[in-house]
Amino acid sequence: MIEQIDLSLVNWARATFALTAMYHWIFVPLTLGLSFLCAFFESIYVRTGNEEWKKLTKFWMTLFGINFAIGVATGIILEFEFGTNWSNYSWMVGDIFGAPLAIEGIFAFFIEATFFAVMFFGWDRVTKKMHLFSTWMVAVGSNLSALWILVANGWMQSPIGMKFNPDTARFEMQDLWSVISSRVAISHFTHATSSGFLLASLFVVAVSCWFLLKNRHSLFAKRSIAVACVFGLLSSLFVAFTGDEHAFITARTQPMKLAAMEALWEGKEPTGLIAVGLVNPDKKPGDEQDPFEFSIEIPGMLTLLAHRRFEGVVPGINDLTFGNEKLQIEGVAEKIRRGRVAVASLGDYKAARKSGDAVAAERSLKIFNQNQDYLGYGYLDSVEQAVPSVPITFYAFRTMVSLGTLFILMFLVFLYLSAKNKLEDYPLILKFGVLSVFLGYVASQAGWVVTEVGRQPWAIQGMLPVTVARSNLDSGTVAVTFFLFLFLFTALLIAEIKIMAKQISLGPEGGKS
Amino acid sequence: MIGSLDWSTLQQLWWLIVSVVGSLFVFLTFVQGGQTLILTLTNDDNEKNLMVNSIGRKWELTFTTLVLFGGAFYASFPLFYASSFGGAYWVWIAILFTFVMQAVSYEYRRKPNNFLGQKTYEIFMFINGSVGILLIGAAVGTFFTGSNFVLNDYNLVQWTHPLRGLEAAFSLFNVSFGLFLVFLARVLGSLYLANNLEHQSLVGQLQVSAFNNLLCALPFLLYVLIRLVLMDGFAVDPTSGDVSLVSGKYLQNLLEMPLVLILLVAGLVLVVFGVVINRFMGSVRGIWPSGLGTVLTCLAVFSLAGYNNTSFYPSKADLSSSLTIYNASSSHYTLTMMSYVAIAVPFVLAYIAWFWRQMDSKKLSVEELAADDKSY
Ligand code: HDD
Ligand code: HEM
Ligand code: HEM
Repeated sequence: MIEQIDLSLVNWARATFALTAMYHWIFVPLTLGLSFLCAFFESIYVRTGNEEWKKLTKFWMTLFGINFAIGVATGIILEFEFGTNWSNYSWMVGDIFGAPLAIEGIFAFFIEATFFAVMFFGWDRVTKKMHLFSTWMVAVGSNLSALWILVANGWMQSPIGMKFNPDTARFEMQDLWSVISSRVAISHFTHATSSGFLLASLFVVAVSCWFLLKNRHSLFAKRSIAVACVFGLLSSLFVAFTGDEHAFITARTQPMKLAAMEALWEGKEPTGLIAVGLVNPDKKPGDEQDPFEFSIEIPGMLTLLAHRRFEGVVPGINDLTFGNEKLQIEGVAEKIRRGRVAVASLGDYKAARKSGDAVAAERSLKIFNQNQDYLGYGYLDSVEQAVPSVPITFYAFRTMVSLGTLFILMFLVFLYLSAKNKLEDYPLILKFGVLSVFLGYVASQAGWVVTEVGRQPWAIQGMLPVTVARSNLDSGTVAVTFFLFLFLFTALLIAEIKIMAKQISLGPEGGKS
Repeated sequence: MIGSLDWSTLQQLWWLIVSVVGSLFVFLTFVQGGQTLILTLTNDDNEKNLMVNSIGRKWELTFTTLVLFGGAFYASFPLFYASSFGGAYWVWIAILFTFVMQAVSYEYRRKPNNFLGQKTYEIFMFINGSVGILLIGAAVGTFFTGSNFVLNDYNLVQWTHPLRGLEAAFSLFNVSFGLFLVFLARVLGSLYLANNLEHQSLVGQLQVSAFNNLLCALPFLLYVLIRLVLMDGFAVDPTSGDVSLVSGKYLQNLLEMPLVLILLVAGLVLVVFGVVINRFMGSVRGIWPSGLGTVLTCLAVFSLAGYNNTSFYPSKADLSSSLTIYNASSSHYTLTMMSYVAIAVPFVLAYIAWFWRQMDSKKLSVEELAADDKSY
């Protein structure tokens, strides 16, 4: 199906996709959360009729708008990059994958687009109630778009509801509902959106802390902090809860990813969790090297997380690559062997069909059907290829989780001080508040790194490796595009940050933008 | 009911849905047209801001329609999505680039400390309205002139021209099509603004501008129409699926599908009618007939390309790789499911229209802008 694989092409295509996605994800989480915060603020305004709350709402809305525009700009590239960078992918799974993207357009983006204009320009053109409704709809619309795109992403992480059609050489959908309601997708959705709420709360807290440190707009800042802390604490708890749920599911659907997240090479009974550790980056499957240069382990903890009880083995990378009869795990080597049979028999089948040899076609199809579940493995060159980068996944996961725990503590402290009206007495804590939003961005990006790097080499888990998913381009073309986008996005990001900073320093009284 | 429709009916239905979304997009390019007008038509900053803010309340809608157009094509004709985007790579990247520029421009243009300066963002808008639309037109032109690609046994695309899609811009037909769209967008932009603004002198200028831009569009339109009825078209043999060049294929399509002919003529008449009542009868409501006319015209164009056993994305390099609505579509199941989803579209259109009316019932004036600290 593919003549020869140009690895540098695949890597440039990945780099371009990752670049766009990571830029997109700078803006998206803030949109997801700040839209709700604006809706909260405006609801308070409508209930109390207090013009101060309106001013407050408008201030945060301005920042929302600045962030939103560039979120949209990066999003359109992502959508079309599935075609430009991953065109083989788009044909082979477009029958399933296109659906959530189209549904997202119909059910989410139009809500955003329509109500965004009302929210920004409708203050005097629609009634107060209708305006509030629009603000809420912007929040609902943004979060619905997260739902659909994460259904799409969830399906890539754990494909279901489809069947391979050897005549068209692509996967075809059998059950849309199972795609939409997949546990993986829902768990992605709850975790990613709540992490967005958390990030936006940190953003509001950070800006407000800055005002408090500068002794400006104190009342305004305290009001904002009060709302953001409640929202932030609830979201951070929910993030931790859904994150745990997510890992529980990943242990079942993508055991290799879980093993990489934990740098777990050999399954043990029961398995401990590495609290802190320095992984050995040179370790390869099957060698005798020590996995860690240094580590502190909490005994039994990983088994508890993965199985929700104290017994059971969590399979390690070596178990998954070389197979483990006791755990009934089929090794990658065997999967590759059967995958190659599937690839060859599919080729024979196509050739026989072309030459009109029905008997040979029938025979090849039979062999193919016996091995088709391994088709994707047929394109791997070696067992090592099936293992994602352990250090990246391991550290990214630890970064996210430790920051997540820190945020819970932070919101508790802020909520307490805010209730006692004592925030201003602790400049050090206020400074930490300002810093926290940057940590929030780090945690959020780290989350996607775990998810995406941890599933390498698969574009579609177990079915379609990235080497097959790519377009037929030469690597120079994609490299040029990478730098074009890098340049454009970076220029726009700088513009965004400068504008944002200016608007913040102008403050809620800033008047004419 | 949808569940019992056969596959080919669904394929035709989805070609219609994609065509409707595409046609609505062309109507909504009044935003892009407006973007090219702000540099030339305005006398001072107040007028410029007025125009930017008027179309600025609709840019998201145009943008989202483009996104939906992509998404709907992906879900219903994935082979087109894969072949065209992965094949005609540069032309799409260039188009996308101009839309990225546009997306930030409204919001950032007049914000203090905006790094690139107001002028740059206005140039971004201009590039999006001119180059962006021109390239979209050229890309759609290839529905008739064909592209350079080959599909292998597994339907994976290989482009055979080093310019990867940009070569489309070297065909007179495609460029004329693109330029026609650019001027049409300017016509629509003028009409939309004339209807939306409360500013006597500007409205007067816009009414004239709509007419002048229509005059500019006409030669390109005529060329496209004449070539279209004369040129060889990519016909599909309905039983074998083989594609061959047939002379006068699109003329034949017009004659065999009289409804399409009616759509085309009615559409063009309506476009002209809208411009004429603005120019000569002092009306400002020309955007509505012209807008409707644009949608009908585009529907006719899409129908010519896709229906009546025609290949909508033909390959010049290898006729047998040409895409038709039958060989490029999603499975029966997916199209059925997506048709259920599409039932929501009229409701979406309804709420958009309702809020559009709410927002536009009062015309936009310089005074209102000055009082609004959120204006672009
Ligand atoms: C969890 C949330 C989330 C995730 C993972 C993604 N997006 Fe996104 N996207 C949003 C949440 C979102 C959003 C918050 O809803 C945005 C930001 C600004 C906006 O208009 O909506 C958005 C905008 C946005 C737009 C512009 C829409 C418009 O016209 O308004 C497109 C085309 C995409 N996205 C496409 C994608 C693709 C193809 C993704 C997969 C790689 C993706 N997004 C990941
Ligand atoms: C917005 C947050 C996202 C981020 C930060 C992100 C990050 C990444 C990264 C870092 C890679 C490269 C992995 C590597 O090459 O090692 C990647 C690849 C990819 N991601 Fe994502 N991703 C995001 C969202 C998504 C979503 C929502 C989808 C699907 C809808 C998706 C689909 C893909 C695809 C198709 C690839 C290329 C194939 C692959 O390398 O697996 N990504 N992404
Ligand atoms: C407190 C404990 C947390 C736990 C236990 C946790 C756990 C997880 C897990 C298991 C994954 C999925 C990896 C996979 O694909 O299997 C994930 C993904 C992710 N996490 Fe967390 N996380 C936590 C905190 C956070 C925080 C604080 C943020 C950001 C502010 C965050 C943002 C993300 C994002 C954006 C993703 C990728 C989206 C997704 O896969 O749904 N997480 N997390």
